[in-house]
Amino acid sequence: MNAEVAAATVAEAAPEKKEFWRWQENVWFDETKNWKDAKIITCGIDVGSVSSQAVIVCDGELYGYNSMRTGNNSPDSAKNALQGIMDKIGMKLEDINYVVGTGYGRVNVPFAHKAITEIACHARGANYMGGNQVRTILDMGGQDCKAIHCDEKGKVTNFLMNDKCAAGTGRGMEVISDLMQIPIAELGPRSFDVDVEPEAVSSICVVFAKSEALGLLKAGYTKNKVIAAYCQAMAERVVSLLERIGVEEGFFITGGIAKNPGVVKRIERILGIKAVDTKVDSQIAGALGAALFGYTLMQKQAKAA
Amino acid sequence: MITAGIDMGSRSVKVVLLEEIKVDGAPQLNYAVKKAHLMMPGDIDADQAAEKAFTEALAAAGVSRDQVKSVFATGAGRKQVEFATEGVTEMTAGARGAVYMYPQARTVVDVGAEEGRGIKTDADGKAIDFAGNEKCAAGAGSFAEAMSRALQLSLKEFGEASLRSDKSIPMNAQCTVFAESEVVSLIHSATPKEDIAKAVLDAVASRVCAMVRRVGIEGNVVLIGGMVHNPGFVASLKNAMDVDQVLLPDLPEFVSALGCALIAAERQH
Repeated sequence: MNAEVAAATVAEAAPEKKEFWRWQENVWFDETKNWKDAKIITCGIDVGSVSSQAVIVCDGELYGYNSMRTGNNSPDSAKNALQGIMDKIGMKLEDINYVVGTGYGRVNVPFAHKAITEIACHARGANYMGGNQVRTILDMGGQDCKAIHCDEKGKVTNFLMNDKCAAGTGRGMEVISDLMQIPIAELGPRSFDVDVEPEAVSSICVVFAKSEALGLLKAGYTKNKVIAAYCQAMAERVVSLLERIGVEEGFFITGGIAKNPGVVKRIERILGIKAVDTKVDSQIAGALGAALFGYTLMQKQAKAA
Repeated sequence: MITAGIDMGSRSVKVVLLEEIKVDGAPQLNYAVKKAHLMMPGDIDADQAAEKAFTEALAAAGVSRDQVKSVFATGAGRKQVEFATEGVTEMTAGARGAVYMYPQARTVVDVGAEEGRGIKTDADGKAIDFAGNEKCAAGAGSFAEAMSRALQLSLKEFGEASLRSDKSIPMNAQCTVFAESEVVSLIHSATPKEDIAKAVLDAVASRVCAMVRRVGIEGNVVLIGGMVHNPGFVASLKNAMDVDQVLLPDLPEFVSALGCALIAAERQH
């Protein structure tokens, strides 16, 4: 074996493990304000199955957040998410009046005063992000998908959830992103770069969709077309969940997949309604709702005192 | 007279060549399997795979194409078998083949790569009712395959390992995709591999059993399809269905192809 071949073999044996399926971690805060001027500072921490967010709310207004991956233990993920934003703005834990944990790891948020379900928190967050006209929320998370109805205050009136099957959840999208070796953030735009809009992949199951996608590539589909077929299948899947609960106008999408226009635009196309726009990262809805609940609780306490 | 049954599954192509045996010059329903041939199409297309598997089976049996009176196809990809004269459903073929092998059988459990199903049959091997899990890998061979990969065990080791466990760890995840993560966390928490293998096979068995219960478990039960080769799964299934005995054919993957060839032969009369 010559050196060149040997090198190639080594390279094959240890491919660079790129994580195409991960959303970028990001930290943001409102530079026009100073948290030190706030009377009440509350924090919401959403420990999800794939990503964790910490949101800081000052006097009931979004001030800053950090969104990062969930590690292999919930308490650490909660701590890291909060530390990330606190370091950015020079805040300490004792500056925060109240912390609410939410998400599937909510019982493991170390310094939380309270835990609230992500369903309530997403509705509350969506009410802030999309305004009080929001009535139907679709939360497309990493490992589940929820359809939620709420009133003008962001209070949950009904909900349905799929956490049994990966189809129609972020996990399904991650699989395709990995398979195609295309970063998750590019899937949406690429799915519209096709000559003809393809039919949805016929397999609902992610396991079968994976082999179907390979078959389509072999049959001459471009990568973009496969992604489009997959986005369409995912849209159809979540719409069937939405239809079971009924879709009222004031439709808002939260969670990671809300950042994928390939799925969002196709959902809008099937439903014939446009989702309410927001400038805030859809992934923080749960943590934001949690922080807002914290603010309401603090106000109540202040009144009682 | 020779007929052929081709079962075009999602992972493998099965071909059965069947010869009618005449007793004292009068045709009776006695047949001999001329050749059973299984092929796992790797990178070739499904339509070519059927052609290739059929050609190989003919060569192995020493039969020429003209000697084959009729070819029937079954399985998920049956429409891709271009040279077949007719297609029959997996339910029809499975019930027919199982009852031919075991005349006393009334409940057929068919667990293939991508689908598990329960079939209720009458004494003639006609499918009366069935329930399956189309569209979901849980409760099918792929699920077990994915989990054995996660455990880094061969399918054979996986089935045998499960038999060495007497624990019943419930799997929370129904979905194959989520179950894979669950298996990984069980591995990380130092759960013995045999206990994990049993947990996985119990989960598949309970899904399959739920389908079979929808048609009702009656009389003798036959298990067909590739999962017969997994003794751990067979044990889990018996346990889930609460039956003492499950009939296990020698060539479980070929039962549907055999049923198909039998139907082809009967149509000739």
